[in-house]
Amino acid sequence: MATIATAPRPPGPLAAGRANYLNVETTVRSWLGTTDHKRISILFLLGTTASLAIGGSFALAMRLELLTPEPLFMDSLTYNRLFTLHGVVMVWLFMIPAIPTVFGNFLLPLMIGARDVAFPRLNLASFYVYLAGAAVVFGGMLASGADTGWTFYPPYSTTTPTAVVPVLLGVFILGISSTMTGINFIVTTHTMRTVGMHWSRLPLFVWTVYATSIIIVLATPVLGITVLLVAADHALGLGMFDPAHGGDPILFQHLFWFYSHPAVYIMILPAMGVITESVATFARKNLFSYGAMVVATLGIAFIGFLTWGHHMFTAGMSTFDVAAFGALSMFVAIFSAIKVFNWVATLYGGAIAVSVPLLYVFGFLFLFSVGGMTGVAQASTSLDVHWHDTYFVVAHFHFIMVGGTMMAFLAALHYWFPKMFGRRYPERWAVAATMLVIGGFILTFSPQFWLGNAGMPRRYHTYPAEYQALHVISTAGSWAIAGGLVMTLVYLVVSLWRGRPAGANPWGSASFEWLTPSPPPRENYATPPRIDRGPYDYMPPPGAEDGAGHG
Amino acid sequence: MASAGQATRLEPHFQDLAKQTHAARLGMWVFIGSEALLFSALFALYAAYRVAYPGAFEDAAGHTNLALGTIMTAVLLTSSFLVAMSLGRIRRRLARDAVLFLAGAAVLGATFLVLKGMEYAEHFRDGIYPGVWYRASALPGQGANIFFTLYYAMTGLHALHVLGGVLLLAWLAWLVRRGRIDDAYHTPLELGGMYWHFVDVVWVFLWPLFYLLR
Repeated sequence: MATIATAPRPPGPLAAGRANYLNVETTVRSWLGTTDHKRISILFLLGTTASLAIGGSFALAMRLELLTPEPLFMDSLTYNRLFTLHGVVMVWLFMIPAIPTVFGNFLLPLMIGARDVAFPRLNLASFYVYLAGAAVVFGGMLASGADTGWTFYPPYSTTTPTAVVPVLLGVFILGISSTMTGINFIVTTHTMRTVGMHWSRLPLFVWTVYATSIIIVLATPVLGITVLLVAADHALGLGMFDPAHGGDPILFQHLFWFYSHPAVYIMILPAMGVITESVATFARKNLFSYGAMVVATLGIAFIGFLTWGHHMFTAGMSTFDVAAFGALSMFVAIFSAIKVFNWVATLYGGAIAVSVPLLYVFGFLFLFSVGGMTGVAQASTSLDVHWHDTYFVVAHFHFIMVGGTMMAFLAALHYWFPKMFGRRYPERWAVAATMLVIGGFILTFSPQFWLGNAGMPRRYHTYPAEYQALHVISTAGSWAIAGGLVMTLVYLVVSLWRGRPAGANPWGSASFEWLTPSPPPRENYATPPRIDRGPYDYMPPPGAEDGAGHG
Repeated sequence: MASAGQATRLEPHFQDLAKQTHAARLGMWVFIGSEALLFSALFALYAAYRVAYPGAFEDAAGHTNLALGTIMTAVLLTSSFLVAMSLGRIRRRLARDAVLFLAGAAVLGATFLVLKGMEYAEHFRDGIYPGVWYRASALPGQGANIFFTLYYAMTGLHALHVLGGVLLLAWLAWLVRRGRIDDAYHTPLELGGMYWHFVDVVWVFLWPLFYLLR
């Protein structure tokens, strides 16, 4: 990355050589030892993007294998390892860290007018712990790779001969990294806000990163101790979940989902923050009901802790418990719907500037709504019994969780690319890539709803011939996603050197991170800014006099 | 004197020392909340298994060494008390006393670990091992087996926290001795004390679950 700042620049504002966080120091050492939240964000961008590429290639290999009903080029064990590692890498190395550690790190201090996060050294340590966790996971993968699925259910996970222990330890270490970032963001939001930055003036992205951090801090330790118990059982014979020694494997599922269901809100809440920022900027309009958005954000974070049982409807739960977990799960949909309606209402009557981030917002709205509605359907027990462990579930969570996070990650990458690097990306190439990614996503996962409803179970390497047509469509879609993502990578990297200079605020956004030059100087603000308005004040609401209106 | 000391301890990204101290305290509280959830997963397992094996849990709890467990409780509580005392001494500029109290607290923490080790050894002699290695002829059955698996997991995790705490207290004593912590700036001591009290509180819950509920 050091070369970015030293490369020859096209004429423009940047040619004046204004000092910014990228060119203030250019040695490799200044990057690897940095405590600047913006540089740590770039380090995480490299790490999470590499993870996306690795997890994505596992998916491509799986989809290729599924072109034919009979085995094509791999055996069942290889297939099992691939879907396990695809899940582990995508969940813990990409989706959970990606938006908070990359964009949260870069933007949280800028948005609240701070010089840095509260604990900059802890922030850097979080990155190295992330690298260590990734190294242990990939080490386990090279050793022989776990074949348990990313959910590690015992008793299979405690008896399989594959290298499940390093993968579990890697997940534990990644949890420590998440927790460090979570603590940092909570404290930063509480203590580092500048003069006039009341809670009611926080950009929604800050609220969502804050809510996500609370979930991370409270849920991750439960997963941490649970995977340690499974690892100890596999390696040492602890037998905590082993029926032969008095244990109950279902208790593992409870503890696992106590984390892993809130984990989907860890992924989706910051995504919702990105969508909110983009919608307000590209509609050039006050956010429709700031207060409802905040309440919905915190509501999802809270209710999200009470829904884990819906993963276990078929595991022998009492009818009452099933009904309670089903109803609580549907409750989350109310908060999610409030958000969707607010985004649409913000767009309504706005001066909409269609650009790449907004296209990804549209992709998000479609995938999130369909994924959300199929989720409500699955919270009804009678339907869930039919769909449990089928492709229907796979399609549902790829729509809502992966689709949501990916669309938002790409929207954020394009929306804040000028902020982070001071340059524009080529609009036409970007629109083409966006179409490929969104179209490919719909093409890949829509057929899986039909496959699951017709009875195709998840995690199978072979299948009856009548499912083949839908599988072929799905595989074709995966190539479109890959093509779009590779295109995106290429034009963004080229734009680092060749992109047009962006200027401080290319989108004309009212949000606070654009108050500094782009890219920002090392210290963010020369003097701490004084905030006297809300983050989405594009036009004063009728009758408002204090200018602090937030829609 | 105090103001010069404060200026050097203020990190450049904070506007003043009050904000920095507030951030440090809040960070410690959030960390302790996270730690509490780490233990709570194990407490949840204990609750579920106690409901599943009520009789066996009572019998097994009757087999742990109540006297030793109670002494360990007293040792840890005294240690926590000494840390609180050391903070009071620092505020009154009695650094020598503070070092003594902190060293005493660390020694008591180490004593706790020795007693815990003695208790483990006692269990091993009876064939009480965790998980699949359980061989206790006096307490057969799956309920007692899972009780002691939980016992080792929970007291083991707690003992790791005690070990960390002892090292932390020793480091704090060294900082006070070197004059790096004084009446004007004692945030590290305050935070270290919070952590040590938390470790203490966890034991206050472990003690009844494994020794008293028999």
